Amino acid sequence: MKTLLAILVLALGMSAHADELMMARITQPFPEAMQMLQDNIRFRDYTISRVQRVDVGLQSGGFQTAEYRIVFFGRPEEIKKLANEHYELIPYLPLNIVIFAEGDDTLILAASPLKLGEFFKNPVLQPYFARWEQDMRSIFNDLKSVDADLKK
Amino acid sequence: MTKLIVLYLLLLNSIPVLAAETATLGARLYSEQCAACHGADGHGGVGVPLALPSFLSSVDDDYLRGTIRLGRPGRVMPGFSKLNNSEIDAIVSHLRSWPHKPSSAKYPHTRIRGNASLGKPLFEKYCAACHGVHGEGGHGTGVTMSRPRNAPILAPALNNPGFLAASSDYLIKSTLMHGRAGTPMTSFLQQGLNERDINDIVAYVRSFEASSPHPSATLLESESPILVQVSTYTLEQTVEKVKVAVGAANLRLIRVQNLDQGFVPKGKENPNQVIVYSCDFGFLNEALKVDPRVGLFLPCRITVTKHGDKVRVMAVNPKRLSRIFNNAELNALCDQMYQVYVGILEEAVL
Repeated sequence: MKTLLAILVLALGMSAHADELMMARITQPFPEAMQMLQDNIRFRDYTISRVQRVDVGLQSGGFQTAEYRIVFFGRPEEIKKLANEHYELIPYLPLNIVIFAEGDDTLILAASPLKLGEFFKNPVLQPYFARWEQDMRSIFNDLKSVDADLKK
Repeated sequence: MTKLIVLYLLLLNSIPVLAAETATLGARLYSEQCAACHGADGHGGVGVPLALPSFLSSVDDDYLRGTIRLGRPGRVMPGFSKLNNSEIDAIVSHLRSWPHKPSSAKYPHTRIRGNASLGKPLFEKYCAACHGVHGEGGHGTGVTMSRPRNAPILAPALNNPGFLAASSDYLIKSTLMHGRAGTPMTSFLQQGLNERDINDIVAYVRSFEASSPHPSATLLESESPILVQVSTYTLEQTVEKVKVAVGAANLRLIRVQNLDQGFVPKGKENPNQVIVYSCDFGFLNEALKVDPRVGLFLPCRITVTKHGDKVRVMAVNPKRLSRIFNNAELNALCDQMYQVYVGILEEAVL
């Protein structure tokens, strides 16, 4: 009975759902994976506004890697329109993907843009979140697919 | 009769095809859903190593299915509630395709009769050093960012609702009796305990189910996705006040930029949307040790905007965002970051 109750509680959402966070493992070294990521973002008509290093003090802090970056990107007109009309979205703009080395592999991750739909209920915004979600998943899938081809 | 034979032969021929389809599906789903954390070959990373032969040969399929479906609340492993039974079975089959000692492990779901009161001191003596006094498990998120770790695995949280729902008493008992080769988990029989002692420990572990979820299995609750204050100062004055507040909060100022910098030609940026980036590097390293995925929050950022005649100071709400990581060890850090942001915002508009 207790097990059943535990399952019910869990099913009701105690645990985060897997699709709230997108993650992918690329079996390429960091520089190659970073290049693949940036190429794919640009291929989907997004502009990369900045690549932020997050590695100051990483090695002195005991980590073996100093390869940790955040890639910020968006479509200029879209960023402008949304920022002007929905100021509350600005803290979440532009979109970002985190990329870091793990051994010989590279991990990429991003929060699901659909999560923003949960945060901001305005119906006008939902198509944006849906398209970002689709594009973000396509970027992740493309990278995994290219990675699989490279391994062959 | 002939029709029956033909049907039988057709079914017989379709078995290898079905098995091949399941294998393909399992490999694909594992690659899509599991490999990022557990590694392409199951040797671990952010997540625990699944390819340990002693693990695969000592757990049954029910345990693997339950773990995939329910996850471990607050312990990084999310629940894959959107996968259907066939998909979960395919992932389990894929895990079973890895080299390990063949096992017919199938544990009954009946309860083991033991005395939890007697099991408690035994747990505290033999288990708590690794699994925590309350069964909350080891700290961290596996071998991450190439950072060397001494232990090949992290001790699981035995009080976690996901673990308790996925594990039968007999699976826990088997682990206690035989240990897990290649991990610090040794056989308790070899440590001098007898089967009755082990039954008592199992009963004690099962008794965690009756308690409220431990803080290690709970996530922060917060409503608003953003923190916001309205400033009575001009935008320029407010930006300066944010910079002072950032320094007062012991964060190092990284840079001040417009939101659209990098999107529009230099000099054409919208001056009414300003971002102040800062960082506490000690805090950052602490957070990365707890969970290497926290880059999604980084760098610390305060946004100052002017719409019409209203100047606002804003930040993301770390408590609201923390849920997506499913990592209760981040709770304290997110709460701390929340307090820092609230402090900066309040000081900036004073």
